[in-house]
Amino acid sequence: MATKKFMYLNRKAPYGTVYALESLEVVLIAAAFEQDVSLAFIDDGVYQIIAGQNTDGIGMKNFSKTYNALGDYDINKLYVSEQSLSERGLSEADIMPIVYEDEDDDWAEKSSIKIVSNAELTKIMAEQDVCLSF
Amino acid sequence: MLHTVNKSSFERNSLQSCLDIIDEKSVILLLEDGVICAADNTKSSMLAQLAADGKVFALKGDVEARGISAKLAENIQLVDYSGFVDLVVEHGTAVSWL
Repeated sequence: MATKKFMYLNRKAPYGTVYALESLEVVLIAAAFEQDVSLAFIDDGVYQIIAGQNTDGIGMKNFSKTYNALGDYDINKLYVSEQSLSERGLSEADIMPIVYEDEDDDWAEKSSIKIVSNAELTKIMAEQDVCLSF
Repeated sequence: MLHTVNKSSFERNSLQSCLDIIDEKSVILLLEDGVICAADNTKSSMLAQLAADGKVFALKGDVEARGISAKLAENIQLVDYSGFVDLVVEHGTAVSWL
């Protein structure tokens, strides 16, 4: 099977709707097909990967820890819109650490998070074969 | 009256619609994704005056779930579920801005 470039576009905050969790589940399923997968977090989607989420008070599963598993599935391109962060009073320091081990660099641990401008995101999106929106 | 808003001001105009209508006796409770309206961000000015008047509440569990406890705008009052009930009892008719 030929490898295609898949981008998952995440635009919703977690918990209020089911989009964020559904996206993550589809990403993990798709990972099994060994495609070139990247994730983009724009608009309120940036809240999905904010550090320090605590769902004890709402009786829902805190699925933010699952993003840490993406590296094990060779998913290590998580693009975050700089503009969406700054509009919300957030910065890279507010994002949880999400890392992968680089097999081409003696398994060195590297960050999967890439803060990008909207112009960079435009370019990355244009390179995709498939964009799935959540 | 008690007005509840459960959508982010970045995604829907629910908060603006609510603000356009409410009277001076009303209070606002932000819940679910509505708590994003309580964060200190480029849209905080929408609620600043009402918050300073002690009329803006946010549901604590939803704030904590979204990791924004340390990022709230000034004068936002956190309430738990029993506080939610108290607001309903105190302010009578509740209107949901979905």
